[in-house]
Amino acid sequence: MPTISRDEVAHLARLARLAVTEEELDLFAGQLEVILTSVARVGEVAAADIPPTSHAVGLTDVFRADVPRPGLTQQQALSGAYATEDGRFRVPRILDES
Amino acid sequence: MTRLTRCSAAELAARIHAQDITAVEVTRTHLDRIAAVDPALHAFLHLDGPAALAAAAAVDDGLRRGDPPASPLAGVPLALKDVFTTVDMPTTCGSRMLQGWWPPYDATVTRKLRAAGVVIVGKTNMDEFAMGSSTENSAYGPTRNPWDLDRVPGGSGGGSAAAVAAFEVPLAIGTDTGGSIRQPSAVTGTVGVKPTYGGVSRYGLVAFSSSLDQGGPVARTVLDAALLHEVIGGYDPLDSTSIDAPVPPVVQAARAGATGDLTGIRVGVVSQFRGDGYQPGVRRAFEVAVSRLRELGADIVEVSCPSFDHALPAYYLIAPSECSSNLARFDGMRYGLRVGDDGGRSAEEVMSLTREAGFGPEVKRRIMLGTYALSAGYYDAYYGQAQKVRTLIIRDFAAAFDQVDVLVSPTTPTTAFRIGERVDDPMAMYLSDLCTIPANLAGNAALSVPAGLSDDDGLPVGLQVMAPALADDRAYRVAAAYEAARDDADGGPLVQRVPDLEVAAR
Amino acid sequence: MTAALMDYDEVLERFEPVLGLEVHVELSTATKMFCGCANVFGTPPNTQVCPTCLGLPGALPVLNGVAVESAMRIGLALNCSIAPWCRFARKNYFYPDMPKNFQTSQYDEPIAVNGSLAVELSGGSLFTVEIERAHMEEDTGKSLHVGGSDGRIHGASHSLLDYNRAGVPLIEVVTKPIEGAEARAPEIARAYVTALRDLLRALNVSDVRMDQGSMRCDANVSLMPRGSSTFGTRTETKNVNSLRSVERAVRYEMCRQGAVLASGGRIVQETRHFDEATASTSAGRRKETSEDYRYFPEPDLVPIAPSDDWVARLRTTLPELPWQRRARAKTEWGLSDLELRDLVNAGALDLIAATVDAGAPAAEARSWWVSYLSQQANSRGVELADLPITPAQLARVIALVAEGALTNNLARQVVDGVLAKEGEPDEIVAAHGLAVVSDDAALTAAVEQALAAAPDVAEKIRGGKVAAAGAIVGAVMKATGGQANAQRVRELVLALVSA
Ligand SMILES: [Mg+2]
Ligand SMILES: [Zn+2]
Repeated sequence: MPTISRDEVAHLARLARLAVTEEELDLFAGQLEVILTSVARVGEVAAADIPPTSHAVGLTDVFRADVPRPGLTQQQALSGAYATEDGRFRVPRILDES
Repeated sequence: MTRLTRCSAAELAARIHAQDITAVEVTRTHLDRIAAVDPALHAFLHLDGPAALAAAAAVDDGLRRGDPPASPLAGVPLALKDVFTTVDMPTTCGSRMLQGWWPPYDATVTRKLRAAGVVIVGKTNMDEFAMGSSTENSAYGPTRNPWDLDRVPGGSGGGSAAAVAAFEVPLAIGTDTGGSIRQPSAVTGTVGVKPTYGGVSRYGLVAFSSSLDQGGPVARTVLDAALLHEVIGGYDPLDSTSIDAPVPPVVQAARAGATGDLTGIRVGVVSQFRGDGYQPGVRRAFEVAVSRLRELGADIVEVSCPSFDHALPAYYLIAPSECSSNLARFDGMRYGLRVGDDGGRSAEEVMSLTREAGFGPEVKRRIMLGTYALSAGYYDAYYGQAQKVRTLIIRDFAAAFDQVDVLVSPTTPTTAFRIGERVDDPMAMYLSDLCTIPANLAGNAALSVPAGLSDDDGLPVGLQVMAPALADDRAYRVAAAYEAARDDADGGPLVQRVPDLEVAAR
Repeated sequence: MTAALMDYDEVLERFEPVLGLEVHVELSTATKMFCGCANVFGTPPNTQVCPTCLGLPGALPVLNGVAVESAMRIGLALNCSIAPWCRFARKNYFYPDMPKNFQTSQYDEPIAVNGSLAVELSGGSLFTVEIERAHMEEDTGKSLHVGGSDGRIHGASHSLLDYNRAGVPLIEVVTKPIEGAEARAPEIARAYVTALRDLLRALNVSDVRMDQGSMRCDANVSLMPRGSSTFGTRTETKNVNSLRSVERAVRYEMCRQGAVLASGGRIVQETRHFDEATASTSAGRRKETSEDYRYFPEPDLVPIAPSDDWVARLRTTLPELPWQRRARAKTEWGLSDLELRDLVNAGALDLIAATVDAGAPAAEARSWWVSYLSQQANSRGVELADLPITPAQLARVIALVAEGALTNNLARQVVDGVLAKEGEPDEIVAAHGLAVVSDDAALTAAVEQALAAAPDVAEKIRGGKVAAAGAIVGAVMKATGGQANAQRVRELVLALVSA
């Protein structure tokens, strides 16, 4: 049965880029524990030899012709941006290369 | 004379196309109705009356020139769930994250509606990013159920269902990931359809759970839903999961079904969805519906789908996992909200502050749940196992459809609950989608058609009809036959009994 | 601050180097991997973008069929098996140059696996590099860091993002651990990247310009102490932008890691950056915990299931690959290993083959490229391939010589004309009146004139000294400016003298 600690919630929040508050850590730790305990029931199913399903439709090999089609103008591309500079999206300093 | 707002979409279209009334008149009447009742209901997040009237006028101009109508629904007003992109209206998904975001492109569904001459009057309220079963998770406040303003209209597409039930529009578009079209339709007394996965393009539908999401129609009659289904359905080269085949003949099936004969149709009652845990009034309404199907000539058999017992947990692993990835793009860098950019903080810090401020608690909860389920150490036990359960559910459906033509169940275990009743109890909320989830996991077609009022609280109950993938027409045929029989027995459509909101408006 | 370095020979005495090379190649398709935006380099920022490659809410990917075929052709050329069924996955991590905050990439189901590439080393020996996989993925956008020194990331006040490159199709070719390279590890790394570049060029699937970033190499290096069979901790050096840098980066890392290990230190698994100017590597971000990318199958793209027929058809589209061309050159042209290597090193092999393909005999083609044209390239300071003459043009000149329409001397003049961009060989011949004179009337007159001018020589010939005819032929050639058909002149001399 899953037990999810406050620390684990903090780790998940970090991975998911959520600056959660201290109160949220407590709230989510409790709720995630309840939910995880419930969904862990999928483990009851004996499914060792069952193939997983990732896609509900049985399609394969869907391709696009390599032919350009018009996209957005620079103005449209930047239209939702919080800040721009020289035709680019302006963002806070990036800490390090990925 | 029937008020225009009480007419079906098919009736309105016929009168508009005969130039008996104008589309502008129809649109204006509905805009007036919205102005009168939406303050009490809050079904809409955005309205654009002038644009709607202009679109309606264009339809009228064409008709006056002698052009044939662009589609059987040309000139009919419609409300679009605020999860489809529109170039002329904001798309917020009910989230603070996208407050005021005007997309630079139209969704395929939006494009098809415009091309069909359907008049889009506005965007409807929804649970944030379609996560929820009550529309209480909208950052812009809840929508109320026209049958009882203290109750939820279901969710996530509560805005679309409430707008149709309250005669604000005859048609709406919803999206159904785990029941978000069918469940609100059930609790508002409307018809809601989740088409076969791949039957309606997802291009421009802001993704919650990509392998489950499907857009579909909301209407007051089965025929109206079918007409709308044919407008929005069909192959789209911009969606890799779109099925390159003709739309199933749903309109024909709805018309055939309305003649009321189901002789030889085999209807399976899913045993997993009829036991305890269902509100007694819902159970009784369902049994009445089943006997009505039998009276129409259908063969009723009991069908067991044992894996359905694990559908809910599988869904609450798969959907959050996909959402944790789909919603990663909302980081304040390129569009939408940005919080904490004081010139000193790094991009990483600003992303975290933005996401913390921009997402509501249910969205955060699911993102963290999905992040957990996909983590290296837990993947096999959670996400991997859920995908295997998905395979078993597909097999259960296949075995069932070897025996029967359609499956039926109550759409929801209970009628509409009170606003606030389940907000602090996520698991109780999740149970609302118990019966609708299997069809999403398998990708087949399913709809909800009104099945009278629950005798314990007087609120609408839905009958769910499930059909195999690409056999959407079967569900329409059965639903149309049932609808006609129920209307006959009740002396008219259920939804016409919704309380008059002009009186109730506060 | 420069790190302590161990002497190279000492590194090899104490450790065995193990390499792993990951090469990212941008495909030169007309459009991006998952959308119809043009795949072009160097346009104004954010002008080759659409909802899909900008990651706008609601937008969906659709896979470029030509990119898939390119991936399969690369796989086949690398002797890989093509997976009968594979999918894309999402690699989840947040980074501002990645619009969706996940990269659509292949993870545990690559399209091509288990291949090999034979690379040629100086000295002519071959070293076989085993290929682990070749998979498809998408490129990221580009960030510009403002406010720091020289656009570097450190000290920047903010960054600017351009997504024109986001979604450009990439093929990542990953080697298996390369063991047994020993002292030649740096050279093998370079030779492998070179061979891969030549292969991709022959396949015509990429520009393979390391300087422009259309081919990028990450070099993984670790040291295994002698006597151990467990790999050491590796570092991954990025930003290696030239063939020479590949060699230098590997060598530097070997010496740096040797010094760290010898002083009792531990190698940290990290990303390092290669600095061209100092030829050294420096530590990048140090990962506190191993990255958890939360891979899962991409639900927005359906699986790829290449049929046997499709794979077989693609196999027939493979051009002659570099090593096949080398093998054929050896047998068909009768070259020694040494000769072959010289041709390869001179960059002449492909040019000779193309000239042969255009109809010229191999010996003639080889002779032109390795002697006269190599001299021309040297004196101009350009690569042989960059001379303004095509194999087809050279083949035409060679044909004119074979027909007797040009002498070797005239042929050089025609080639000079082509190099001077005066036109096609035939045009230059016509414009300069360079054609060989084979007209008997004109030649007879010239021969008679020469015989008259040298009666003593005529007499010698008449007396049986046929060799003396050479002097008359020479005189006629001189008189006609070298344009006479020497063979015919000789026949005429003999005929006239004995008449
Ligand atoms: Mg990669
Ligand atoms: Zn694009």
